[in-house]
This record gives sequence, C-alpha cells and structure tokens, in this order.
Amino acid sequence: MMKYIAIFILSFIFWILLTFSFSISNIVVGIAAALVTSFVFGKYFLKHVRPFLQIQRYYWLIIYLFIFTWECIKANFDVAYRVLHPAMPIKPGIVKVKLGLKTNIAKTILANSITMTPGTISVDIVGDEIYVHWIYISTDNVEEYSQKIAGRFEKYIKKIFE
Amino acid sequence: MIDYLNILLYVQIALCVFCLFRIIRGPSIADRMVGIDIFGILVVGICAILSIITKRSYILDIGIAWIILSFIGTLTLAKYLSGKKLNE
Amino acid sequence: MEIIGFIFICIGILFNLFGCIGLIRLPDVYNRLQSATKCVTLGTCSILIGVVFYYGFTNGGIKAIVAIPILFFAATVAAHALVKGAYIFGIKLGDKSVKDDYKDVHKS
Repeated sequence: MMKYIAIFILSFIFWILLTFSFSISNIVVGIAAALVTSFVFGKYFLKHVRPFLQIQRYYWLIIYLFIFTWECIKANFDVAYRVLHPAMPIKPGIVKVKLGLKTNIAKTILANSITMTPGTISVDIVGDEIYVHWIYISTDNVEEYSQKIAGRFEKYIKKIFE
Repeated sequence: MIDYLNILLYVQIALCVFCLFRIIRGPSIADRMVGIDIFGILVVGICAILSIITKRSYILDIGIAWIILSFIGTLTLAKYLSGKKLNE
Repeated sequence: MEIIGFIFICIGILFNLFGCIGLIRLPDVYNRLQSATKCVTLGTCSILIGVVFYYGFTNGGIKAIVAIPILFFAATVAAHALVKGAYIFGIKLGDKSVKDDYKDVHKS
C-alpha cells in the first residue's frame, strides 16, 4: 500500500512541475491522472519505501551531483581534444571491471554514470562484472583501471542507493 | 539579440546535415542507427531555441515528448538489431 | 540575464559541433557513439540551461529544468542499448582496437 502512495506523490509532483499553474481545475486533473498512474504502474516501480525517508541519502546525492557534473564537463573537453587532434590519439578496446555493488538500481545508476564520464561507455552487465568500452586504454593492470573507471563513483552510490 | 539567435538556429539545423550524411553513407546498419539517435537529440535543441525566438513556451512540451518518442524508437531499433522478438 | 543565456546557448552549439565532427571522423561504430552521445547530450543540456536563464522561474523555465534529467537518462540508456545491439549483431571492433574481453561472454 505504501508504494502506491509513494508513486502517487511522485507523479503528482511531476505533473505540477510540468504544468506549473495552481488553479483548482489543473490540480483536480493532476490528482486524477496521478491516481490512474499509481493504479496501473504501482506494483512495478519499487519494493521498499523506507529509503525515501532517510535524510542523509539526499545529502550524499547533492555531493554526487556536483562530482558528476564536473566529470561530465571534463569528458567533453577530453572528447573534443581527441576529435580535433589531426592524428586522433585513440586506442579503443573492451575491458572487464569488477563491481562491489549489490542492488539492481545501484548497478544501473553506476552504468549510466560510466557512460557519461571521459572515454568510457558501458556495454553489458553480467553478474557483478561490467564490460566497458574504453576509447584510450592507458594501463593493462586490472586494479588500476578498475579504480580509474568505477572507483570515483562507487562509494557515493553505495551510500545513496543501498 | 533575436537576430543572433536566428543565426544560431541555422547553425543547429546545419548540424543535422552531418547526421544525415552519416545516415546515408554509413557502411553498416548500426552506423545509420547512431545517426538516427543523435538526430533525435539535436531536434530537442532546435525546439528549445525556437521557443525563445517565438516566445511560446509550449514548444518545450514538444521537445520533452520528442525526447521520449526518440528514446522508444531507438530502443526498438536496438532490439531489432540484437535479433530478439519485440515482446521479450 | 539574456546575455548569460546567450553565452550558454553558444557553448552548447559549440559542443554539438564537436560531437558531429566526431560522428564523421572517428573510425568505427563504438567510437562514433561515444563521442556523439557525450558531446551532443551535454551540449543540448547547456542549451536548455540557457533557456532557463531566458525565461526565469516561470512556466517555461521549469519545463526546461524538467527536460534535463529526462534527456540524460534517455540518451545514456539508448546509447547502452545501441552498443549491446551492435555487438550482438556481429559488428567487429575497428582495426586500431587492442583488447576485447567481451568476446568470451558472448560466445557462450
């Protein structure tokens, strides 16, 4: 029952953000649409409601967003350098990286973060190993590139989503 | 300021030509799909600039709907590419 | 306020240009997808931030802010699906590649 209420509140907030007018008719239509959404999709969305109520997760989420934005901007300059250089310094390949995360949502968020960071794009997740296509393989050492690819985000994601 | 925005809009439309080049020329079928995916994201930028020039904010709604439709289209194409049935 | 928005839109279009040049120049599917997804996604996000500066916190500005996370998740998940689909379809990595760990998994 709690998860139906959670998805109702989330979809209602989304409706208010999209329309952004506080007239009575708009709010009534929003409540009706959110009710339909929560009845249809309520059982697929999440298993527990408790993580939404823990305050420290939001604190780590904000710090994570700043780090993630910085990595994104760095990724863009990296790609621009590789594209505009006349000799194109690329050395691509697919490498295997071990993960320390357990839940599915944490793995998904980590894969999305890897896709946006410099030079890497995630290909597949098998068990607790993630396959990453890397545009410039600088080392052959497993420990070193695991730290380089996933180590920056793993500890924050563990605190936010587990 | 609006004149400069018009120039930027033309530049953004000209960028779509690069994607069309990749869609037409691409040696394999996956190259064409990459072109379609990037084309869908560029159109969102066109919608955003157009909504400033005409001062109508509902064009941003078109942009959001375009993101979601292009996402579903790319997922369908990728599923076809990996050789699965669509209901799997 | 409009000047700041205009600068953000200019930066966004510059990044879009880099992404499209990468789409033309780089040698195989995976590298093309990398450059194009990263640059074009962040460029479009920059354009949307410029739109927020133009509108302020009104109807349009909030819509542009909502569009940014949707764009992020849609673009990354689409790129992930395309890479996996291209690999299963049987497109080889380019001539310059040095390593392929994914081969063993896909064979079994």
